Amino acid sequence: MSLLSASVLAAFLTAIIVQTMPLILAAIGETIGEQSGVLNLGIEGVMLVGAYSGYVAAISSGSPWIGMLGGIAGGVVANLLLLVLNVWLGLNQIVIGLAITIMGEGLTSVLYLQNYSKHPQSVPGSSWAIPGLSDLPVVGPSLFRQSGIFWVLLIAMVAIAFLLSRTNWGLSIRAAGQKPSSLDAAGGNVLRTRSSAVLLNGAFVGAGGAFLSILTTGTFTAFMTGGLGFVAIVITMLSRGKVTWIVITSLLYGIAVAIKNPLQLIGVSVPADVFQMLPFIVVMVTLILFARSSIVPPALGSPYTRGAR
Amino acid sequence: MSTIAAEPGVISLREITKAFPGVVANDRISLDIVGGQVHCLLGENGAGKSTLISILAGMQQPDSGTILVDGRSTPINSPKAAVDLGIGVVHQHSTLVPAFTVLENLMLGETGVLRNETRAKARLDELSELLGARIDPDALAGDLGLGQQQQVEIAKAMWKGSRLLILDEPTSMLTPQAIEKLAASVAQIKAQGLAVVFITHKLREAYQMGDCVTILRGGKNVGHIGADQLASFSEAQAQRAILAAMFGDDVATPEAADLAGATEAHREVDDIELGTKRVRLELSGVATRGHGHDVDIRDVSLAVHESEILGIAGIDGHGQAALAEVVAGQRSAAQGTIRFDGADITRRGVAGRQQLGLRYVTDDRLHEGTVGGMSVAMNLVLKRIGQRPFWKFGQINRKAVDAEAERLIADYAIKTPSSATRAGTLSGGNIQKVLLARELTDGARFVVVNKPTYGLDLKTVKLVRQILTEFAAEGGAVLLLSTDLDELVELSHRIAVISDGEIVGIVPNDGRGTAERVGQLMTGAIEGTPATEEAHA
Ligand SMILES: Nc1ncnc2c1ncn2[C@@H]1O[C@H](COP(=O)(O)OP(=O)(O)OP(=O)(O)O)[C@@H](O)[C@H]1O
Ligand SMILES: [Mg+2]
Repeated sequence: MSLLSASVLAAFLTAIIVQTMPLILAAIGETIGEQSGVLNLGIEGVMLVGAYSGYVAAISSGSPWIGMLGGIAGGVVANLLLLVLNVWLGLNQIVIGLAITIMGEGLTSVLYLQNYSKHPQSVPGSSWAIPGLSDLPVVGPSLFRQSGIFWVLLIAMVAIAFLLSRTNWGLSIRAAGQKPSSLDAAGGNVLRTRSSAVLLNGAFVGAGGAFLSILTTGTFTAFMTGGLGFVAIVITMLSRGKVTWIVITSLLYGIAVAIKNPLQLIGVSVPADVFQMLPFIVVMVTLILFARSSIVPPALGSPYTRGAR
Repeated sequence: MSTIAAEPGVISLREITKAFPGVVANDRISLDIVGGQVHCLLGENGAGKSTLISILAGMQQPDSGTILVDGRSTPINSPKAAVDLGIGVVHQHSTLVPAFTVLENLMLGETGVLRNETRAKARLDELSELLGARIDPDALAGDLGLGQQQQVEIAKAMWKGSRLLILDEPTSMLTPQAIEKLAASVAQIKAQGLAVVFITHKLREAYQMGDCVTILRGGKNVGHIGADQLASFSEAQAQRAILAAMFGDDVATPEAADLAGATEAHREVDDIELGTKRVRLELSGVATRGHGHDVDIRDVSLAVHESEILGIAGIDGHGQAALAEVVAGQRSAAQGTIRFDGADITRRGVAGRQQLGLRYVTDDRLHEGTVGGMSVAMNLVLKRIGQRPFWKFGQINRKAVDAEAERLIADYAIKTPSSATRAGTLSGGNIQKVLLARELTDGARFVVVNKPTYGLDLKTVKLVRQILTEFAAEGGAVLLLSTDLDELVELSHRIAVISDGEIVGIVPNDGRGTAERVGQLMTGAIEGTPATEEAHA
């Protein structure tokens, strides 16, 4: 019993938080895009770009905050490609998306290898002890000693949930994914709406990548996302645009990743490979159980041209 | 140039021209739209009516010509510009988002950050009063019956307090009762001083609702009847004038009256002795289960004989889709059996039934019926892919496909630049013709047709009805689902009435009074459950 001491539980909770956050951020980004009808299959590459640019910005400035901004900027810049080629010029989203993934993977690996691999640097840690709350057992040292960045991102998530469900912008986003011709006929602007969605998509996915390098691992390694972007796409499709659902399904994944240490501590001897597989098994089981009800926006993937028929 | 002077309060089109690959859809069209008047726009399928509307709505840009608003030249280069000018449009094909609530649909395109639901609800109340309809703001648009969807579309078009309301074929899918309601709404709107442009294929509607009429043919304005003149015409005179312009002067008077539906509907099919005919299709105790929002059928038993046209009357959305699809094989029967020429086909799939000669003409011509991105020729042989002579050893035989396509295009008078044109670019009526042509050829023995003539021009309606009658006379059997009572009376040997997924009665079509009896069955059903038309789910 002593193995499940407060400190183990706290470490478990911390691990869940830092493993889940990048996924939630990426899935929220993907959701904004998909709701507007733009499928960003380049998410894996964009995350890596965010992770790398965030890492570079953090170690060169010494501030994880600046690092996050760097990651967001990186994500937005990477998505400009999708914006111009798909939203504006109407090229195929799948082709562009895969190209962005491959480019993101290649580019960040090469740059990292050239510039940092000889002298790897760690990002300075960052934590903010909330007075009072941080002294609580278990949640004190885990939840209430997270970096301030964590709290700002939480606020951003709530804001996005609000924007999507309660504002005219959110309505336009959803209409652009459901029936862009209706949005157009109603005097809305499909291109502008989708552009804003793609840029926000880049910002959130980039932030997810930067969280991974700056806060989850504290460093950058080539291919460090390891398919997380694609897991985000799955979660997006399962969550049908609901931020709460994104959080719940992402947490499932985060728990599956984080459970390794406590299980090993209490002496469950399972090969390490099984732990590596566990999160993906969880995703697959979830898919099998719930994927029947994954409803994607009808106009997902189709570029819009006014008056074409 | 045009001689009509533009005045304030008027939207004038001058020499509007718009060409698409292979067609001039609008050819130097000039007309004036005056406030407080209903301007009817008539013309055969593909005449260019919807194109002209899209130009006014900012969805299409004219190649040349000008639009004058209050005498000033005003380009409408986006739908937003049209909305800002107060031009509200109900397009031929619905622009509602089915997954949105009524209120969300109405608020779409609003500016400002926060959604102001209180203000929107107040505006909806205002419009509901004007339209004489109560619409639940929180209902999903996709769950509403067609009549109500129409009301929502009109409310949406008038959302920003428009000066011009354009209705592109609003009545083609409505029941007579719903059309009456719509006419009352239009009268209200007109009384407010708004201009209304009303597109229809039914001359009676044009005469009853319209203050003036413009007729298009082949993209040109070929006739205008001004307000004073129309008021002085009798209905028959107006019809003659309109038909002469619409089809050229070669339409003989009795035929014209017939086309116009001015004569009372009477049965046009030959008598048959049902007892002597073999049963082609038999449903016994058939029920369907669960298919989204539409009504399922329960315990339906029907027999359709060879040479017989069996009509199914009923308010739209009362299980017609389920009935049609379960016969076609697109939905499985949860209960009961379906027999074709005596053989049990309940478990047979769509392809198996096709091979027996069972065909289905859906009422969803855009999504289910045709592949918009494929050529007209391909759509015409769509159900014969892989079959000789169109395919040999897995290779398409272009010559055979094109020859067949040309034949059907001629037979059904499909108006298309060529057989290689993408089907999606055709006018609504012509897409319907493609669908009918495909299903009614090549060994058809039984057809289910759902609203076969909606959106068709008068001549084509006549052609389609003739084709169905001949098909039956030659031994084919037809299950005709329609909301148009006149059509049912004209074509059917017997008329069954469907209500809420059940057959509530069958009326033999043997002389006068059929329409009344069918109507009684329908209203009897309506009285049982109030506002059935609205209670679509
Ligand atoms: N976006 C488009 N691309 C290509 N051709 C088009 C397009 N829109 C219309 N057309 C063509 O223009 C012509 C006029 O079509 P339109 O839809 O205006 O006819 P309509 O009078 O509304 O007919 P209906 O009564 O069948 O609705 C048709 O020949 C059609 O094929
Ligand atoms: Mg039209």
